[in-house]
Amino acid sequence: MIETLYVAWRYVTYNKIKTVTLVACVTLIGVLPLALQLFLNESARQLLSRAESTPLVMGAKGSSLDLAMNTLYFDDEVPELISMAAAEEITQSDLAAPIPVYARFQARGFPIVGTSFDYFDVRGLEIEQGRSLALLGECVLGATVAERLGLKPGDSLVSSPETVFDIAGIYPLKMKVVGVLQRAYTSDDLAVFVDLKSAWVIQGLGHGHEDLARAKDPSVILDRSDRNVIANAKLVQYTEITESNLDDFHFHGDPEAYPVSAVIVIPHDVKSGTILRGRYVEQDTSYQMITPKEVIDGLLANIFRIKNVLDAVIFIVGLATVLAITLVFTLSLRLRQREIHTIFKLGCSRLTMVRLLGTEILIILLTSAALCGALVVVVNYYSHDLVRVLFIR
Amino acid sequence: MIRIHGLQFGYPGGDFRLTVPAFSVDAGEKVAVIGPSGSGKTTLLNLIAGILTPRQGAIRVDGVGVSELADAERRSFRITSIGFVFQDFELLDYLNVLDNILHPYRITAALTLSREVRTRAGRLAEQMGIGDKLKRGAEDLSQGEKQRTAICRALLAEPKLILADEATGNLDPENKSRILDLLFETVTDQKATLLAVTHDHELLPRFDRTVDFQGFREAPTT
Repeated sequence: MIETLYVAWRYVTYNKIKTVTLVACVTLIGVLPLALQLFLNESARQLLSRAESTPLVMGAKGSSLDLAMNTLYFDDEVPELISMAAAEEITQSDLAAPIPVYARFQARGFPIVGTSFDYFDVRGLEIEQGRSLALLGECVLGATVAERLGLKPGDSLVSSPETVFDIAGIYPLKMKVVGVLQRAYTSDDLAVFVDLKSAWVIQGLGHGHEDLARAKDPSVILDRSDRNVIANAKLVQYTEITESNLDDFHFHGDPEAYPVSAVIVIPHDVKSGTILRGRYVEQDTSYQMITPKEVIDGLLANIFRIKNVLDAVIFIVGLATVLAITLVFTLSLRLRQREIHTIFKLGCSRLTMVRLLGTEILIILLTSAALCGALVVVVNYYSHDLVRVLFIR
Repeated sequence: MIRIHGLQFGYPGGDFRLTVPAFSVDAGEKVAVIGPSGSGKTTLLNLIAGILTPRQGAIRVDGVGVSELADAERRSFRITSIGFVFQDFELLDYLNVLDNILHPYRITAALTLSREVRTRAGRLAEQMGIGDKLKRGAEDLSQGEKQRTAICRALLAEPKLILADEATGNLDPENKSRILDLLFETVTDQKATLLAVTHDHELLPRFDRTVDFQGFREAPTT
C-alpha cells in the first residue's frame, strides 16, 4: 500500500496545477456550507445572547432594528434621537430603571457610548486597569479598543469630528483615558464609554471657555449688558477638559431636553415590563418600546431564510463542481491511456491500477478534507470577531 | 529458452494476421529480429511476453507455456522472468530515473522492493552511465539517457529473457553503439537470452543470429 501511495503521491505532486485546482474546488465545496453554518450559528449566538440580556429598549418610533442594533451593538446607523425626558418618564413610572444610552459619536473608528454607571452593572462590566468614570471628559475603554489603539489609563483619546469642513460643527474633544474594561467578548469590548455629559460636550451642548465676566482680552466681548455677556467668535472654546478648566464647563438649556439615542429599560419584574410595553403600544406616543430578543429573532429568521437560499445555491454549485471534477478525471484517464497501458505492460494488475487511480483521488480528497478542516477551524476561531466586524461591529 | 509452434494471432476487428509456424531461441542466445514495418515484430514480442494472447499455437518460455497461463500467472511470470525494453522507452514523466527503474517493484506484488534491490538499481544505473542522474525527472533526460533508464528497468529483476523492441532506434550512432555494448555486457553477465527487434542492419553482426521476419526465414549471420 505504501508503494501505491508513493507512486500516486508522485503523480499528484508532479501535476501541480491540476491537483491544486481540484483540491481548491473540493475544499471550497466542503468549506462553504460548513463555514456559513458556523458563521450563522455564531451570529445567532452573539446577537441573541446580548438581546436576551437586554429586557426592553425605549427609543424614537421608527426602525426597531436600527434601534436595537444601535443600542445593543453600537451600530453606525443612529436611530432618531429622543430626549432625556424619556428616561425621566420611566423613572416616574416606578416600574423600571432607565439606563440612557447615547451612541452617536466615534473616536478613531470606535463608537463613543455616553451612558450612566448602571450600564456597567447591568452588563457586568469590570474595570481591569485604572478606575471608573468620575469626572467630565474622562473615558473608559473596552478591552479591544485599548488593545488596538495601544492605550492605557493616563493616555488620551480624541473624538472624531462629525463634519470636518463645518467649522461651526462638532469639535473634537480630547478625552482622558482613566480605565480599561475587562474583556467581555461582546460589543462592549469595542466601545469607548463616557459619561452622558461628556457625550453632550462632544456634541457642543456643554462647553468650556474663559469666564467672560473676567475676560483678559476685551476684544472677545461682542456685547455686554447687566445680565448677559455675549462673546464673539474670537473666544476660544476648550477642547480638553482638565482639572484647571473643569469649572469653566457648563451646559445651556434644560437637561431633560438633551438627546440620547435610546434608553435601556430594566423592569422591576415581568408584570412591570408588560405594563410598560403596553403603555408604548399606543399610536399617539412618540416613543417605541421594543423587546430586543423579538427584534433579533426576526432578523435571524430573515438571515436563515437567506441561508436556505444560499444552501440551495451552494448545493447546485457543488453539484456542478462535482460533475466538472468527474469530467476532469474522465478526460484525464483518456489522456493517460498510454501511461496506463505502459503500467499494464510493466506487469500491473487491473486491481492495482484501480488502486493507483483511487489513491490519487483519495490524496486529493484527503488534502481537501484537511484543508477544509483547517479552514473551518480558522473560521471558527475568528468567527467571533468576524461576526462583529461584518454583522454587528 | 523460447519455443513457438503453430502460432496464429490477429487483432480483433483488424486485417492483420500473424502466423509463425515454428520459432525457437536457445538460452543465452542473442537474436536479432528484422523485417519491414507492420510485419508483426512488436506483436511477436508482446505475445512472447504474454501481453497479448495467441488465437492458436503454443508459446513456451523457459519451459513454461505462457499462452496457457491464466492472466495473473502470466503477469507474474512476465514480471519475474522477462525484461522488456519498449520501443519508445515508456518512462513515466512524473517519476525520476530511480523511481522509473524501480517502478515494476512498486506496482506488482510478485516483486518485493528491498534495500538490496535499491542497491542493485543504483549499481545498474552506474554501469549504464546514469548513476549521477538518479534523482533527475524522466522528462529532463536525453534520448540516450531515457533508453538507458528503460534498459535498467528491464534488467533490474535479473530476468532470464530480455525482449528489446527497437532499443536503439531513437539514438544517434555513438549512443547506439555504447548502449548496445552495455546491453550485451549486462545480458552476458546475467546469463540471459536476448531477442531484439531492430531495423538497423549495421548492428546485425553483433548478434549470434538474425531472423528475417518477412516470410519468417532465418538469415545467416555475417
